[in-house]
Amino acid sequence: MLDIRNLHARIGDKEIIKGLNLTVPAGEVHAIMGPNGSGKSTLSYVLSGKEDYEVTAGSVMFDGRDLLALTASERAAAGVFLAFQYPVEVPGVANMTFLRAALNAQRRTRGEAEISTPDFLRLIKEKAPPLGISQEMLRRGVNVGFSGGEKKRNEVLQMALLEPKLCILDEADSGLDIDALKVVSEGVNALRSPERSMLVITHYQRLLDHIVPDVIHVMHQGRIVRTGGKELALELEETGYAAYGADAA
Amino acid sequence: MTTEPQADPRPVRTAAEQAFAAMLAAAPADGSSRIGALRRDAAAAFLRNGLPHRRVEAWHYTDLRALLRAAPPRAPGDAAPAEAIAFPRAARVTLTDGTVGPLPADLPPGVSLLSLADAIAADHPLLDRLGAEAPDRYDAALALNTALLGSGVVLHVAAGVTVERPIQVAQVVTGGTSVFTRLLVVVEEGASLSLIESFEGPAGVPYLDDAVADVFAGDGAVLDHVRVQAEGAAATHLGTLGIELGRAARYDLFVLTLGAALSRLTVRGRFGGPGSHMGVRGASLLAGRCHADVTLFVDHAVGGCDSRELFKTVLADAARGVFQGKILVRPDAQKTDGRMMSQALLLSGDAEMDNKPELEIFADDVQCGHGATVGALDGKMLFYLMSRGLPQREAEMVLIQAFVGEAVEHVADPAVREVLVARMAAWLAARG
Repeated sequence: MLDIRNLHARIGDKEIIKGLNLTVPAGEVHAIMGPNGSGKSTLSYVLSGKEDYEVTAGSVMFDGRDLLALTASERAAAGVFLAFQYPVEVPGVANMTFLRAALNAQRRTRGEAEISTPDFLRLIKEKAPPLGISQEMLRRGVNVGFSGGEKKRNEVLQMALLEPKLCILDEADSGLDIDALKVVSEGVNALRSPERSMLVITHYQRLLDHIVPDVIHVMHQGRIVRTGGKELALELEETGYAAYGADAA
Repeated sequence: MTTEPQADPRPVRTAAEQAFAAMLAAAPADGSSRIGALRRDAAAAFLRNGLPHRRVEAWHYTDLRALLRAAPPRAPGDAAPAEAIAFPRAARVTLTDGTVGPLPADLPPGVSLLSLADAIAADHPLLDRLGAEAPDRYDAALALNTALLGSGVVLHVAAGVTVERPIQVAQVVTGGTSVFTRLLVVVEEGASLSLIESFEGPAGVPYLDDAVADVFAGDGAVLDHVRVQAEGAAATHLGTLGIELGRAARYDLFVLTLGAALSRLTVRGRFGGPGSHMGVRGASLLAGRCHADVTLFVDHAVGGCDSRELFKTVLADAARGVFQGKILVRPDAQKTDGRMMSQALLLSGDAEMDNKPELEIFADDVQCGHGATVGALDGKMLFYLMSRGLPQREAEMVLIQAFVGEAVEHVADPAVREVLVARMAAWLAARG
């Protein structure tokens, strides 16, 4: 599904990803853990096509395509979805209008027909209530005035509607209390399927109690330095990232 | 905005000024009537001051003397009706090159619409509303329009009448001429009206449209006013709008500026009684090398009134936008609540916005504020939308529409709002 080889990326003059290799097969959930500043969020932005980052070497193949050759919107249409650590507020664009515009833009890019209004409303009615997203939140501007938990739930709603092949969750638990964390992780778990891969980026082990990964990678100084099973999370919780030369953050 | 009389040894010297002077000289003299005297005084004001230039404060950013190279000849006044921007349900009268077309036959009782020429011929009492201010204080746009007064429409809504359908006064210019039109609107006590003005013309032809509207809303009257300036890309549009409100009146204006190479809209609103509301909002979408100036003057002459001004300007290419706004709170106008905001979005490094908001407050118990912002599209928002699948162009359009949407959402009639939104979307789509 996702095959990253010797990836180097920088922002300005600062190299942040330094020769990263990572393979995520279809249907698997991989976690990337690492100390602050290890390049986890940068990796998520590079994969989703944020223009501030420059890839200087390496390749990223996604579903048989050269991901780096695509724009951010083309990547989305190809099935890459980034759940933001801090979802952006977009005043003046109703959440509902935005969700539909995103879905239809992806369909158009893929050469598919747009969704009809009744079909879209049916879809929303099916996907929004389990995530606790009210009509009022759908009418409001995208993420405007949403609490931290509401923003994260809105990310999961977008994921559920857009049905990506690769979900990248950047610190999905940040700013969530335990109840909100349960709603979000249940929403994410409901999307696990043999056709869908997930890359769960997190600093803490806590999230991985709720979204249990198949594989855990440790990222440090822009590279994957260790790979193991889910027991690796517990080990890191005990020892911290100090073994990798990082300060306890 | 009022221009202080300028001492100028040679007020009429540019080609455009000479052309205007020739138009004034060719206009038929009109003996002793009140309208005749008004025309004469206005002509004298123009000949004394000429076109305003950058040393005239209210025209500092729009140096009309330098920018207006020529004035095309006056339209002959016998044009056949042309097609105009349609608004659903609206009763429409179209002025083609200033020629008043057929008046809508099915107006409700209490509403009268007549041509200005007929009103002048009949010495209609409503015309007493014109010229309340002495012409020697007129700026060039108002002075020329008044000196050449004759083409236009008078609209009267009787006390207590609620007009269900919007009334549209559409102006269409068809060729390279100068057109001077006047609209007089009187909404009497307790009446309500939705008024639409539209201005359009051919794309490649330089023409001049000098349009003045005098609007009076009586005690308790409710008036929603939409003004769409969609002139041709080579046109010059000089708009002047005077608003006078009685007590407990509600007036909301929305101005959409889409066209003209050079445009200036001067809005002068005045509160004549307490408890009234005035909303003056607008959106300007400017591309190419177009220059658009919106200048507001809101006079809180009495207390207990609120005014809201919100202008959104989107500038592409090498377009230039000007916003000048002044809220004046006179000494006895206590409990005044005035808020003014101008926000500009620059889509190009070559675009320019000049903002000049001002408050002049002489009362002590007031709440007033103003602000102005100029910025580019938010990169974080853009990436968020693109990461969800919206191609860059579409993501930009969504954000621009949201930016102007904050002003257009105040248009009360959803059908009218829809036409405005569609016009803006078409402008954005044409940007390519």
